[in-house]
Amino acid sequence: MTAKLRLSYYLPVIIVLLLAAIFWSYLGEIKDGKSIQDLPSALIDKPAPVFKLPGIETTDKGFDSAVLKGKVTLVNVWASWCAPCRIEHPRMMQLAREGVAIYGINYKDTPEAAKGFLAELGNPYKTVGADRTGKVSIDWGVYGYPETFVIDPKGRIRYRHVGPIMAQDLTDKIRPLIKALSK
Amino acid sequence: MITLRLFALILISMLGLSSANAVEPNEILKDPALEQRARALSQDLRCVVCQNQSIDDSNADLARDLRVVVRARLTAGDTDKQVMDFVVARYGEFVLLKPPVNARTSLLWGGPALVLLFGAIGLVLWFRRRGSATAEGLSADEEKRLAALMDDNTPSGETDK
Repeated sequence: MTAKLRLSYYLPVIIVLLLAAIFWSYLGEIKDGKSIQDLPSALIDKPAPVFKLPGIETTDKGFDSAVLKGKVTLVNVWASWCAPCRIEHPRMMQLAREGVAIYGINYKDTPEAAKGFLAELGNPYKTVGADRTGKVSIDWGVYGYPETFVIDPKGRIRYRHVGPIMAQDLTDKIRPLIKALSK
Repeated sequence: MITLRLFALILISMLGLSSANAVEPNEILKDPALEQRARALSQDLRCVVCQNQSIDDSNADLARDLRVVVRARLTAGDTDKQVMDFVVARYGEFVLLKPPVNARTSLLWGGPALVLLFGAIGLVLWFRRRGSATAEGLSADEEKRLAALMDDNTPSGETDK
């Protein structure tokens, strides 16, 4: 009888501690820059979608998904009207200087605005495909801009980053992953 | 009276507005049967931008694109399941506003039943303990006190007055 009584006395305390532990772990995630709104990609470890996009201007070389094989590549979904893309852009330039092959998907943009963006901030992309209807971006499961995918040499999606890539993302995640996948 | 009626009318018309969907006229399919299927599917698909609205309710750009994709797939002859699988393959099970019952969601679906079960067990234990406490009866000391009180024949309510 007393043992049972004791359990019922301590149970609320145990529940509170348990909840505190759960909330604490969520808090830790938020501190690490994760957000509950960051969805896991359904495409991780799956082959990249197959598509053929035209270039920003008809004379430009487009983006054919066949190029995403043989080496580690980055696919960056961006638009000239997307402010975080502008914030992220210097990191893309930096990766391109480091020799990373980056392919761009220009989401729902006009040729003039897209060209203006690249002329102003530099062009880090091997080629850019213009996704005017947004259909190819849906194939990638894109829901926020910018989004960046890391593709392994076999053409599989290994990582997705939603939102602008900042300096810390480069050192913590992108560069180590590219290095590991290149082996 | 007239103003009251007018007010009621306005309220009722607002009620209609709140449940209005975001489907735009140019998205609607010519075939009403297909359109109805598209509407039903869209109501079960989460808009991943706003996250707590279906794509049928959301005005977000991506929701519109997904509505168009759903309609395009249906027009191409996909079954409802094929359309849902198409979207889930790209956006994950999170897009389903009604999560599927599987191993990963077992706790989600079984949770309420589990809580109910624990509650029932708790209640049974509680009543049992209360039952056994009264069944124990009075101790010898208590019997003696009770007898003493009964002997004292003064009606307790009146002495206080």
